[in-house]
Amino acid sequence: MATTISKPETLFGKRIRRQEDPRLITGTAVYLDDIKMPGMHHACIVRSPHAAAKIRAIDTAAAAGRPGVVAVFTAKDTGHLGAVPCAASLPGLRVPRHDLLARDRVYYVGHPVAVVVATDRYLARDAAEMVEVDYEPLPAVADPEKALAEGAPAVHPEWPGNVAFTFHQEGGNIEQAFSEAEVVVKQRITSQRLIPTALETRGVVADWRPGENSVTLFSSTQIPHLMRTLVAGILGMPENRLRVVTPEVGGGFGSKLNVYAEEALMAFISMRIQKPVKWVESRRENFTCTIHGRGHVDYFELAARRDGVMLGLKLKLIQDLGAYHQLLTPAIPTLSVLMMPGLYKFQNVSADIVGVFTNCVPTDAYRGAGRPEATHGIERMVDILAAELAMDPVEIRLKNFVGNDEFPYTTPTGLSYDSGNYAAPLRKALEQVDYPALRREQAQAREEGRLMGIGVSTYGEICAIGPSPSMPAGGWESATVKIEPTGKVTVLTGASPHGQGEETTFAQVVADELGVPMDDVLVVHGDTSVVQYGIGTFGSRGTAVGGAALFYALQDLKAKVKKFGAMLLDAPAVILSGGSCVDERTGKSVSFAEVAAAAYHAKRLPPATEPGLVSTHFWEPPNFTFPFGAHVVVSEVDRETGDIRIRRYVAVDDCGKIINPLLVDGQVHGGVAQGLGQALWEQAVYDENGQLITGELTDYALPKAHLMPWIESSHTETPSPVNPLGVKGVGEAGTIGCSPAVVNSVVDALSPLGVRHLDMPLTPEKIWKAIQGGQA
Amino acid sequence: MKRKISLRINGKPYTDEVEPRLLLIHYLREVAGLTGPHIGCETSICGACTVMLQGRAVKSCTMFAVQADGREIVTIEGLAANGALDPVQQAFWNEHGLQCGFCTPGMIMATKQLLQDNPSPTDLEIRHGLEGNLCRCTGYQHIVNAVKAAAGKAGA
Amino acid sequence: MIPQAFDYSAPQSLEEALGLLASGDRKILAGGMSLIPMMKLRLAAPAEVVDLGRIAGLDGITEAGGFVHIGAMATHHTVETSPAVRASCPLLAETASHIGDVQVRNMGTLGGSIAHADPAADYPAALLALEAEIRVVSAHSDRTVNAADFFLDAFTTALEPGEIVLEVRLPVEQSSEGYGYEKVAHPASGFAVVGVAVRITREHGRIIMARIGVTGMGPHAFRARAAERLLEEGAAPERAAAVVGEGEEANSDLYASADYRRHLARIHARRALAVALSRAS
Repeated sequence: MATTISKPETLFGKRIRRQEDPRLITGTAVYLDDIKMPGMHHACIVRSPHAAAKIRAIDTAAAAGRPGVVAVFTAKDTGHLGAVPCAASLPGLRVPRHDLLARDRVYYVGHPVAVVVATDRYLARDAAEMVEVDYEPLPAVADPEKALAEGAPAVHPEWPGNVAFTFHQEGGNIEQAFSEAEVVVKQRITSQRLIPTALETRGVVADWRPGENSVTLFSSTQIPHLMRTLVAGILGMPENRLRVVTPEVGGGFGSKLNVYAEEALMAFISMRIQKPVKWVESRRENFTCTIHGRGHVDYFELAARRDGVMLGLKLKLIQDLGAYHQLLTPAIPTLSVLMMPGLYKFQNVSADIVGVFTNCVPTDAYRGAGRPEATHGIERMVDILAAELAMDPVEIRLKNFVGNDEFPYTTPTGLSYDSGNYAAPLRKALEQVDYPALRREQAQAREEGRLMGIGVSTYGEICAIGPSPSMPAGGWESATVKIEPTGKVTVLTGASPHGQGEETTFAQVVADELGVPMDDVLVVHGDTSVVQYGIGTFGSRGTAVGGAALFYALQDLKAKVKKFGAMLLDAPAVILSGGSCVDERTGKSVSFAEVAAAAYHAKRLPPATEPGLVSTHFWEPPNFTFPFGAHVVVSEVDRETGDIRIRRYVAVDDCGKIINPLLVDGQVHGGVAQGLGQALWEQAVYDENGQLITGELTDYALPKAHLMPWIESSHTETPSPVNPLGVKGVGEAGTIGCSPAVVNSVVDALSPLGVRHLDMPLTPEKIWKAIQGGQA
Repeated sequence: MKRKISLRINGKPYTDEVEPRLLLIHYLREVAGLTGPHIGCETSICGACTVMLQGRAVKSCTMFAVQADGREIVTIEGLAANGALDPVQQAFWNEHGLQCGFCTPGMIMATKQLLQDNPSPTDLEIRHGLEGNLCRCTGYQHIVNAVKAAAGKAGA
Repeated sequence: MIPQAFDYSAPQSLEEALGLLASGDRKILAGGMSLIPMMKLRLAAPAEVVDLGRIAGLDGITEAGGFVHIGAMATHHTVETSPAVRASCPLLAETASHIGDVQVRNMGTLGGSIAHADPAADYPAALLALEAEIRVVSAHSDRTVNAADFFLDAFTTALEPGEIVLEVRLPVEQSSEGYGYEKVAHPASGFAVVGVAVRITREHGRIIMARIGVTGMGPHAFRARAAERLLEEGAAPERAAAVVGEGEEANSDLYASADYRRHLARIHARRALAVALSRAS
């Protein structure tokens, strides 16, 4: 027993490189497609080339006769299985039955029609071509506003008009706000469809083990436990006979926060052929069949006084849902409504959502999920109002922010903002760019005929999603902490990280709380047979909810460790310090390993204490968290070509307390890249017949290294009172803050030409035309 | 009809009978049993499959295995020598140049090529040198930092 | 992602290759940078692929008789970095450096690129401006085609069935010449939305020779002869650039309309001319 007490340095707040990286930088990590099994077969899915068609007949004979082919399945085989689930519910929501394979009609290009199973992926691909489907093409509609028009083709014949739901929410007194307004500005603002494009496409391996009457499903997913429950439901099998394992996941961004037809389909196939089966999505399938994001047409009206004080906001939101509801499809635009007031203290809002079916792949949660659209809307509208009133866009924001003394602040959409200091990041960003000097430079540039813009966005977001009442299937998170008999620590987290770095940040929290070296901590996730039930990683919740669950599990465990420590030291009480239990009276201590051994050997037990050192905590968050920040973009537009050059990108984000600044910066950079992608380059475009014309990476422009500006990222830290770590979440902040800052900057650059608004993406030709025509 | 190919991967000899249409990436992953090179697209854009062929970076998804007959290939698995990470791998780790890690093997191989051609690149040269590799997670900034850090080290 | 099955041959000699290509549905595999992605998407499904990669000596670069000879199988990287090309045809080296990305440049070949004749490829602009000669051979022919006569339409060249590009011959640029290649790269594909390659010679402050090749704008690359003439007649570069693309068909797609492409061709012609003028002595 040692007698020295060392005060350990805390790891919270340190830039620490990641625990997960050694396997990733050496190419030894196991992603879905790296999984191989004895007797494994390969599936290739036959998909509709039409956006809308009747299926007259399917002839699988030729395909079935091809070399290596063991089975071909159609809806005739899978018709008895459940449908692809939608977990969201809204009053009056129309939910089309979403079969695993199309029965007699297809609704979008890429709709699965049949699946070919062969011994080899090349042979499966060859045979898929031999499946003959007799289609009767039907008129399609791919644009949500056209889908609402009189006489539009009905995506689902039973619902002419293509309205899946309408949703109204209001707060305060919107009529009074508009009647008292001295100025009203209106604008139609779109948030175009985007393709999430995780670099690893989706994939599934299903392994039926008849002797165990169980299926193991490997899936590249963000939500292993929810997937287990839902896929078991589709298959009609007991949930505890289905094990879902997420191997290394190569990015998700919301696109893997879902349950798709392929998971249940592969489980079904494995059971039928009595062999393991693998399906890996091609990039084209990923573009045509995995959910898209955004897809808004928003009509905003903002009422204000001439002094710049905003009074109320109206929104008519047309959501392009696609042909079906995926897991959360109809719920996503309701998040936009919640967030529509942004950081501003007007108390009158009114929103009407129309959810519209189109002959396109469904939209669903993509990084930000409803909040980027809302933020883009309010931040554009504030700039449009500022332009109308000839006010500085900074001044008008400062005038309308919720004050520091107003937290917790209740919004007219029913949220309670936890904490904030909204002016702080804005002031910090403006100081960093020397805003007055920039405006002087801009005045000079304008005299020279150059188009220089300064754009500001001050965003707020809803994170740590979320309290369970706001979620269809629970919004808590779980953690188990086990101190092994040798003193090593294993954490099982129900959040299922996939690149965010929680194996590191959680180890930091454990190391701080228990006083053990980080290297002694192993964070395990993503296997439903190993990890207690959890919800998953999305909505910037991994650390803010999963980390909080971990914190509380650690408190329970520490109490038990102390009991054993006190017993071993014959002390009435001990403290935990430097990885030891210390008797403060005597200075005597026992190490963690000694305590752990005692707890498992159980020769003696403290009073009313069980052997072992394991603690599980399910934590229900009392509220969301509300991060915020300010992004400032300095741009210059080439008058001749319409090219946009981002001269400076300054991001000051307040995501509450920061556990690992290195990882937080990484999240901000990646988030900004996706926001910039939306602002400048990315758009999923369907033609009139519902063909996706941006169907490959040669057409759909992802941000590349040479296209990205340097991002000057820094922070203010306003702790959240919602969880014990004080963290708020940062996964989506960059994306949410980015796009309005960019568009505001470019519109500012073009404002001398009379341009008031531009829709994304700001492609050079669009800018060139705006320059030619003035008002776009 | 299958053809016999012989090649060296990470210094080890391989001989196999392959269909002419077998893509090199599938040969590396399915036949040679490697897990480092990844498949992220089918149009030769993403670069996740990047390997060195005869000392130059290529996209192994845009090559048939038969084209590699008699050639020398190095993949990410071949970089670390005797358990010691390559300076580029080390730099990606230190600088947080990866998140989900899927693009990383290709990104690191492209970095090897970049530093081989240009040992002290500017930021812009780094960004252009990585034009053939997509990353959806990092926004590239920490990757640029990693390349700069690796460039500062001898032997990178 | 998976091509259809095909027969494969890798001839060891040019004669053998030309013999194979004399008949049948055979497709030439050079660098494969265009062919293989098309095969993976099953937009191309040749019955047999003839791989030229095993024939020695098709990728050489030599200088003789006032010409630089570049073998068809020379990679873009080789062209970009070849001391001979950099010294004698710097416009071509510069253009090669704009193609795709480094991995593509390591595999893709000059001959493969021009035989494919993608309307958005980079090389054709430079070959036109350089007045390149393209030597094409078959089992029973050997002829030379001027670059201006080679690119006929989108993905269509003057190559007859059974013919392959053997080499590209480029007149050595005078060291007093100025050159420039200005490109608008598609943000996703990296191909040229518009690319303009320019060569000029100046004497006593006057432009006495101007060559302008334009790619990306239309279905095939073309020489902007009216603009060349104006320059040689003493017109200001702005005035000459303003007629680039006149009378030429322009492509239109999601990224750039025909009008915008034509506009870009003019702007970038002017910019390429400015670069070329700054380099001319």
